[in-house]
Amino acid sequence: MKKGDIRELLAGDVQADRLVPPSGLTAHLTIFVSGAMAFLAVFALALSLASGRLADRWADELARSATLRISASADQRAVLTEAALAILEQTPGVASARAMTPEEQAALLAPWFGASLPLDSLPVPQLIEVVADGPGYDAEGLRLRLSAEIPGAVLDDHTRWREPLVRAAGSLRTLGVFSVLLIGCAMAAMITLAAHAGLAANAQVIEVLRLVGAQDRYIANAFERRFTLRALIGAAGGMALGVFGVALLPSAGDADGFLTGLGFQGAGWLVPLLVPLLGAGVAFAATRAAARRRLERLQ
Amino acid sequence: MAVISLEQVGYSYSGKELLSDVSVDLSPGSFHFLTGPSGSGKTTLIKLCYGALLPTVGRVRAFDADLAALDRDQTALLRRRVGVVHQDCRFLDHLPLADNIALPLIVSGRDMGQENTNLTDLMHWVGLSARADALPPELSGGERQRAALARAVIMSPDVILADEPTGNVDWDMSQRLLKLLVELNRMGKTVLVASHDLALIRAAKNQVQARVLRISEKRLQLAGADL
Repeated sequence: MKKGDIRELLAGDVQADRLVPPSGLTAHLTIFVSGAMAFLAVFALALSLASGRLADRWADELARSATLRISASADQRAVLTEAALAILEQTPGVASARAMTPEEQAALLAPWFGASLPLDSLPVPQLIEVVADGPGYDAEGLRLRLSAEIPGAVLDDHTRWREPLVRAAGSLRTLGVFSVLLIGCAMAAMITLAAHAGLAANAQVIEVLRLVGAQDRYIANAFERRFTLRALIGAAGGMALGVFGVALLPSAGDADGFLTGLGFQGAGWLVPLLVPLLGAGVAFAATRAAARRRLERLQ
Repeated sequence: MAVISLEQVGYSYSGKELLSDVSVDLSPGSFHFLTGPSGSGKTTLIKLCYGALLPTVGRVRAFDADLAALDRDQTALLRRRVGVVHQDCRFLDHLPLADNIALPLIVSGRDMGQENTNLTDLMHWVGLSARADALPPELSGGERQRAALARAVIMSPDVILADEPTGNVDWDMSQRLLKLLVELNRMGKTVLVASHDLALIRAAKNQVQARVLRISEKRLQLAGADL
């Protein structure tokens, strides 16, 4: 769409608009289809943006943290923990290392064993939370040193289960983007069909306009304006409903589950505003193409 | 120099030849009748004159331009200089009569505020002042033909092509329409009227110096002394 097209579209032409008869069913269909597609597009966008955020967060958080597990008898556990912490403090790339308290470990196990777990009576390994700084540390080098100096120490940098999770979140984001594209294509197809139907219904009008000296651009503009405005109105309504629906979804709370985080954040709430504009653009292009094809059949 | 000239024009549709070796010049200010039986090619010839059809053989020139060489925009501009009265009038049924008559002005982007007097005068001239707000389906055959004539002349074209303008009206109305066409010719307009109504053509010869062309067996010839 060129600048001149947008100017003509916005400026309108009352006389030219009157030349196209109001067509009830086609008009309602276009508005409804645009609205429904915009509604779905908002949800697909919300899914895409939320899964993107999730993938980034998981990748970031898990990449920066690691767990050191020390399995030792109760009398050796404290000594080995101190030694491990000393090694970690000397390791370049480790921002902090902290032995988890018995309460924290009990809280981690609570979902499986209940809150009243007698941790003292069980051979539960000591966990040390390791947080990396910017460039990170050499995980393989650290593993070698720990295995040499701390018997029973196992460093888990979460790689094993981080990668599939991040991959899954990435796939979900791709699915969201694909859904938005698919919805856009479906919207274009439906509006093209509606434009064809509208133009076919107005074949005589087009013929008369051409016979009395109307140029193709003038005729096409009259129909483009009509269909673009209908699509814009429908898509704006669908977008508003979609945003309202997303806003009603539960926000991410302490549980921080995926479904509770589905929605927009910050400037992300502005992204749905693009949907009606894109819908109008699609309608404009579809109507222009349909009008040109129709006009080319007339001398 | 002719306003419209056909040079050895032939036209075929789906392999069937409808017109063959047609040559005629419409000089400025001339009045021509085009006659021939139904289906002889009168409407085809009229359409060739304003570029609604392009000849399969030969050349049609209007205002010194070869119609086949014009692009679509140029063809549209040419049609503003040629007023056409179609056999079936061709109105936009959802628009009031005044808007239908003003259609050529509207599509050419003229300021309708300034053209309003022109439109009012024209509607008065064709006797349709009282029907300005009527929709086309509400009009009688005679009113439709007069409205079609008014629409054809509203841009003050150099040429008026009328395809069976009296086809669906009674004798009195056809005389009235003929009088309007003669008046236009006296104003200097070139007029070509296709009609199979020989009585009308005979009556017209008392009012205007007209050449009568007849299409017979796909070819155009000057009519004999009987007309």
